[in-house]
Amino acid sequence: METTSTLEKTLRLIALTLVVIFFMFPIFWILLMSFQTNETILAIPPSVIFTPTLSNYAALITGKLTTAAGTLDIAFMRNLMNSIFLSVTSVAISLVLGVPAAYAFARHKFKGSEDIAFTLLSFRFAPPLLVLLPLTQYFQWLGLSDTYFGLIWVYQLICLPLILWIVRGYFEDISADVEYAYRIAGHSWFATFRKIALPLAGPGIAAAGLLAFIFAWNNFVFALVLASADKQPVTVGALAFVTSSGIQYGQIASAIVLSVTPTLALALYAQRYLVEGLSLGAVKG
Amino acid sequence: MTTLQLKNIVKRYKTNTVLDNLSLDVADGETLVLFGPSGAGKTVLLRLVAGVIDPEEGQILIGGEDVSDIDAEHRGIGMAFQNFALFPHMSAFDNIASPLTATNSTKDAISAGVHKVAKLLKIDHVLSHHPKALSNGQKQRTALARALAGSPPLLLLDDPLRNVDAKLRFEMRLELPRLLAAQGATVVYVTQDYKEAMALGDRIAVMSQGRIRQIGTPEDIYNTPADIEIARLFGDPTINLLDVTPKAGPEGIHVELSNVKVTLPDMPADVAGRACVIGLRPEAIAFTDAGAPGAIPVTVEAETPLNEKTVTLVLTARGREILVSRPAGTPGPVSGPAHIAVNGKAAFLFDKESGGLIRTAAAPMTRNGEAA
Repeated sequence: METTSTLEKTLRLIALTLVVIFFMFPIFWILLMSFQTNETILAIPPSVIFTPTLSNYAALITGKLTTAAGTLDIAFMRNLMNSIFLSVTSVAISLVLGVPAAYAFARHKFKGSEDIAFTLLSFRFAPPLLVLLPLTQYFQWLGLSDTYFGLIWVYQLICLPLILWIVRGYFEDISADVEYAYRIAGHSWFATFRKIALPLAGPGIAAAGLLAFIFAWNNFVFALVLASADKQPVTVGALAFVTSSGIQYGQIASAIVLSVTPTLALALYAQRYLVEGLSLGAVKG
Repeated sequence: MTTLQLKNIVKRYKTNTVLDNLSLDVADGETLVLFGPSGAGKTVLLRLVAGVIDPEEGQILIGGEDVSDIDAEHRGIGMAFQNFALFPHMSAFDNIASPLTATNSTKDAISAGVHKVAKLLKIDHVLSHHPKALSNGQKQRTALARALAGSPPLLLLDDPLRNVDAKLRFEMRLELPRLLAAQGATVVYVTQDYKEAMALGDRIAVMSQGRIRQIGTPEDIYNTPADIEIARLFGDPTINLLDVTPKAGPEGIHVELSNVKVTLPDMPADVAGRACVIGLRPEAIAFTDAGAPGAIPVTVEAETPLNEKTVTLVLTARGREILVSRPAGTPGPVSGPAHIAVNGKAAFLFDKESGGLIRTAAAPMTRNGEAA
């Protein structure tokens, strides 16, 4: 038994290592690239031994990109701020709208409620390109194209269904009796929502908010079409590194590192909420 | 204290009628037990009274006032749930305090109120614990304390002892009447346990399939069950029910059990020849000697000693199973052939077709098995 167990352990370790390498290597490679110049990146054979340089980060932060063809202005820091602003605001608005709606869908079955909820979810099925063209036209008529307001509005297509459907499930998991008990004790439905439903669904709301944030952050196509340079997030801004004089791999790598960092930090921070959220069932009884 | 009246209540879920034209009066300060199998509509009835669901038809009056337009939080009701329904993210203290915080009481008043009721229910040492850290019994007491904390004039208790162990249930069954009396509230108590119903109820309403089948004092229900079903539900061990066809004879109506004549005194003459079911509580049957008058030969199958009585399962010559109960410590056969005698005075007679009671026992037994 001892030998099989050791063998099992070894095999498991190997399998895990392979999986981790498969998923983590590209990220690790990007991290290495971000400290290299274009010359060392493109060297054949590639090497992990090089003299690290911070020039890529410096270029991003100062906004001056020096290439063989001359100096280019890049707005990466502005893109990063745009990303943060757009994602945070979109998720905040989605939470304000989506959480009460999720509660309503979970607790009050009215005629057509399932249909409305499903229609909202169906926004997630449609490829964004399908709605992009009419949306662009509407936005031009309405004067919403190339505004933060318009972008945040479109981002609701991404965030709202996600939050609505995830949080609805968490509300449904709360025993109705617990809420009844609070109402019967003399509290209004709103107090019950605030003091019972919200805290109990808290981990779920945090998880849904985090997911919505990641989806909003990673969005590319809406921002590409509907926003001009000064309102674009990092996902679109990274295109600026494809210059006439070549692709600036080093800067792209460091831009990726910088733009991944906020979501990664958030995910790590919220990890315990995610775990708590997933084990909400333990609350009963 | 207040009164509760339900008038012609109908509650449907889609096509399923859960409460069917149900009317009920609960007097001021009374403890009414709703007793019935699961799915009878007991819990739905409590929720209608509490105001968390609405009836399709009918009126609910609390203290004589129609409450159909009054929301749950303004009905002045205390309720304990079968699954406790404690707020998992609040301490026991905050759980119990919830009816008090709703009324804008001062912090001191809330604290005093919580400690008073917690002391009454012996949970004052666990007030800082969250529900997760409480034992089942403590959870149950916390739920009860929460229902009592606001001193509501009307208390709804939905099978609060269902999810606690037997020992605790027994303790609480003893403790509850005192607690409820101290509150002075009008109480509607739901249970599926007939002993609990008998111990706690001033009156018992027996429900099944959305209707009230019988309502009366515990003694009424036990001694005059309206039909076979109710007779079967009330009594432990269960009443013996045997198909019989009564016959008329010189000594009045009698039935034959294993060809032995058992006279049933005071029976109406028209039952002769009708298909009937005789109901014999295990206490109404005793072991006897072979030569004694009315001795029915049986075979002893199994014996179960309970605390205060011994229950024996016997088979008649025709293979019908009969339960016989006798006070613990009295001698009786353990196996093999034996004889039983039936106390015809303590027999119930039901109509086989309708299940309705034809005639109650002329000399009903009390709950303890003694002749009344």
